[in-house]
Amino acid sequence: MSTETIEKSLVAKPAEPILSKRRKKLITDPLIDDNPVTVQVLGICSALAVTTQMQPTLVMAISVIFVVALSNFAISLMRNTIPSRVRIIVQLAVVATLVTIVSEILKAFAYDMYKELSVFIGLIITNCIVMGRLEAFAMGNKPYDSMLDGLGSALGYSWIILTVAFFRELWGSGSVFGVPVFEYVSSLFGPDFKLATNGLMVTPVGAFIILGLIVWVQRTKTGYAEH
Amino acid sequence: MQQSNTYIIVYSAVLTIILGLLLSGSAQVLGPWQQESIALDKKKQILGAVISAEEIDAMTPEQVNAFYSARISSTVVDISGKEITKEGITAEKVEIAKDYKKTAEERSYPVFIFHAEGKPDQIESYIFPMYGAGLWDAIWGYVALETDLNTIAGITLAHASETPGLGARITEGKVQARYVGKKIFDESGTLIAVMMQKGEGKKYDSDAHKVDGMSGATITGNGVNNMLKSYMGCYEAYIKSKTTSKVVAVL
Repeated sequence: MSTETIEKSLVAKPAEPILSKRRKKLITDPLIDDNPVTVQVLGICSALAVTTQMQPTLVMAISVIFVVALSNFAISLMRNTIPSRVRIIVQLAVVATLVTIVSEILKAFAYDMYKELSVFIGLIITNCIVMGRLEAFAMGNKPYDSMLDGLGSALGYSWIILTVAFFRELWGSGSVFGVPVFEYVSSLFGPDFKLATNGLMVTPVGAFIILGLIVWVQRTKTGYAEH
Repeated sequence: MQQSNTYIIVYSAVLTIILGLLLSGSAQVLGPWQQESIALDKKKQILGAVISAEEIDAMTPEQVNAFYSARISSTVVDISGKEITKEGITAEKVEIAKDYKKTAEERSYPVFIFHAEGKPDQIESYIFPMYGAGLWDAIWGYVALETDLNTIAGITLAHASETPGLGARITEGKVQARYVGKKIFDESGTLIAVMMQKGEGKKYDSDAHKVDGMSGATITGNGVNNMLKSYMGCYEAYIKSKTTSKVVAVL
């Protein structure tokens, strides 16, 4: 975790560009090199649960981005006032409020998604990525940087679960975003040809396999190894 | 930085109030939209018993509302099959989940009638709501009976938190399609309902009162069975009154 506490001495310089190199790094680092799912192995539970189809996964990803970025921002704003003895409770209260608001918004404007995701939206509260970023970053950094950091981590999480969902939906249900790709491809090869779907992909086991493959490919490329 | 206990208590209290205000504010502001979504979802579920899920998915919310008001009329009956004509009571407003906690005699029972467009007399099927317990939490659904008030025309089932991939499969079209064509009463008119069997993969084409089960979800299946049977029992008086009146009309 030592790489995550950005040096505090950077303050009090003339205004830093909105997207300086350092800030870009805050966003891009968690995408590959320090990905919360594949490298830090956080947030696995929801990565397995919601990824049978692309559409709910996308809604989940957007919700997580919203919650992580805003909670990081809010906690960072409050960081100097939060009593250290109750800081975890304060963080949880803020996160829980944001998650509830997300769930209320979904209930109002995307009721089908709300029904499909309801439990897992609530479980964003316990998503380790959220609490991890609050503790590791937002408690010691300025609001804007914290928001970028949250955005980065959430985007890192999002692209992984979207990739998992893409393969699970494609191989498990033969479609992408509900569009029946397999049916279309099969029809190109004549009436008797039919691409088979794999039921295993619809179960959580499928997610483990895909996630394992992603971790494997990624670590081979970056040369990352557990210590 | 070590703060005093007073600071911590005041801080927590203020934070609680602010967050509480935020939450109740968002619930207030979003309330009307949520009510609309819930009402729309209910209509979709009711319609789901008589038309396919794909057709409903293809409709915009306005189309669903228009279709619903053109094709569905409703009434509310009591356990003895008599229409309840209390002021302000409509079938859409009856909350099955709340009524479920009352005794069977005290509940109001909505009936939704699916009819030809704009012609309430040309009834195509009767839709009955039902509610019960699955393995973990509530399950509910709507069963549509053909005009003989015996043959199942379609069924929708939903659940609060059955196990994904097992009990939650009751929401799948494939599972619900198994009920189509099955019968609620036997030849002598005794209520049998339709029983989902243990195990999966058997054919029950020859038996009008049995459907194939869901592997690994026997308890959810039993919940559906109990729900269907008990609610059909509650509607029995209404159903009988409809069928006998038709016989009289034929005579």
